[in-house]
Amino acid sequence: MAKFQISRRKFLTSASLGLSGIALSGCDAFDSGLGVGSGLRSFLENANGLTYRAQRLLAGRDALAPEFSEADIRQPQRPNGVTAPDDDTYKVLLANNFADWRLEVTGLVEKPLSLTREQLQNMPSRTQITRHDCVEGWSCIAKWTGTPLSLVLDQAIVKPQARYVMFHCLDTIEQSLSGDIKYYGSIDLIDARHPQTILAYGLNGKPLPVENGAPLRVRVERQLGYKMPKYLYKIELVDGFANVGGGRGGYWEDNGYDWYAGI
Amino acid sequence: METVARSEPSTEVEASTPKDPTLIYRQSGWTRLTHWLWAFSLFFMLLSGLQIFNARPQLYIGKESGFQYNNTILEIGAENTDGGPRGFAKIFGHRFDTTGVLGWSGPPGQETPRAFPSWATIPSYYDLGTARVVHFFFAWVLSATLLLWLIASLINGHIRRDLAPRLDDLRKLPRDIVDHARLKFHHAREYNTLQKMAYGGVLFVLLPLMIITGLAMSPSMNSVLPWLNEILGGRQTARTIHFIVMVLLVLFFVVHMLMIVAAGPINELRSIITGWYRTDPPAKHDQATERSA
Repeated sequence: MAKFQISRRKFLTSASLGLSGIALSGCDAFDSGLGVGSGLRSFLENANGLTYRAQRLLAGRDALAPEFSEADIRQPQRPNGVTAPDDDTYKVLLANNFADWRLEVTGLVEKPLSLTREQLQNMPSRTQITRHDCVEGWSCIAKWTGTPLSLVLDQAIVKPQARYVMFHCLDTIEQSLSGDIKYYGSIDLIDARHPQTILAYGLNGKPLPVENGAPLRVRVERQLGYKMPKYLYKIELVDGFANVGGGRGGYWEDNGYDWYAGI
Repeated sequence: METVARSEPSTEVEASTPKDPTLIYRQSGWTRLTHWLWAFSLFFMLLSGLQIFNARPQLYIGKESGFQYNNTILEIGAENTDGGPRGFAKIFGHRFDTTGVLGWSGPPGQETPRAFPSWATIPSYYDLGTARVVHFFFAWVLSATLLLWLIASLINGHIRRDLAPRLDDLRKLPRDIVDHARLKFHHAREYNTLQKMAYGGVLFVLLPLMIITGLAMSPSMNSVLPWLNEILGGRQTARTIHFIVMVLLVLFFVVHMLMIVAAGPINELRSIITGWYRTDPPAKHDQATERSA
């Protein structure tokens, strides 16, 4: 996956540099104008802003994603993306069963937090049977247990200027020339405070397995899977994305995926 | 303005082309504009949609995708054989070798595993994120155009006058089928029965179904309309219906093109570009009186 990303970028660059002005056949004709940052691409991306506003208007703050019954759980939750982080930090934490792991809550908060797994698990929890929809097109139903993110935010007291919650993860998603890129992603405060948005430590009645994001992953039930980072270790309240990664709000967003993934 | 012109087509025709009563003003500006907006957006939606499909080239029936059980009804993939990699499509358990088109395709020596071939997707290389940007942009264009067409066609009478099926259409159906089979076309002001069925089917069944099943795949819309997937049979069934409707729209397009070529492409194209259409000479003209009666 990591190598593929690099080659795609190279391809995009060479496509936009080399193919302009040359007569093209078939669907290559549309490739060069569609790279991230191009004018045409940016114009088309406006539609996503429209989708975001329309769906926020229709769904409001609290409309719940459908929940299912125990009978609908017919298989283990399908793991995707990174399923066994190769990072030393992670492997050390895992070896000790995450006893030394902490969830940091930082950024635009009045009271930065550093929570152990026990502290999180001693907070009120929510259990929900929901359908995970991957951007690729598949779905999988599973039972998730975790701490509502809103409770953690309340404990840290979010500053008024904060607009987004940025999730920082322990797993390396891409090895680039400028160093390893660890997964990151963000949601707005409406999604962060949604009743079904939880920091999940349990899956189908058992502790969250490594392949599904142990010790902690995010569930944002009104969006697609890439908005729900795994291997979480830091939550940062921010007022914009400029200082993180490519500035589009997440790892996949920096690779051309829309920030809003409600569709 | 157009509505006025259309309400009295015969006056219009005689006033502007007194020497040629067979040339009539057939398609309003609204019909022509929305037709081309659809043609344009459906082209991009199809090619970006096939790219999106390539990210998960399987179709399932039900609420979720079966990984530990089988609810797959279609799968496109590639596999290694003794004679090298082969592409295949598997429909309801029946396997077809589709090397070169589905599953395994590309320039000779540079084939790659991809469900739909490079020439059928936007972008031509694998890029799900970009395909989604293109797809959702044109989804808005397509939906807005459908709404625009619906309002305009209710007001200017296009739906009532040209598309609404009449009892008479049923009577004409057998003859119409025979005529089409013999490629014998009547060039009249009004649509024949099969045309009404095809256009009505696309505009009132396929396109709305496409939009509904598209929305049913949106996790956010599921919180707004939780009953939608229950009616459709689950999100993965909705995705499968979305794909089937795509196939039906492609079939419509193929037949649409064949009919245009067979019925006289210049005349047909002129009517959907300029609105003006040449009808059959007066021997057939009694149809017009029949319609206005």
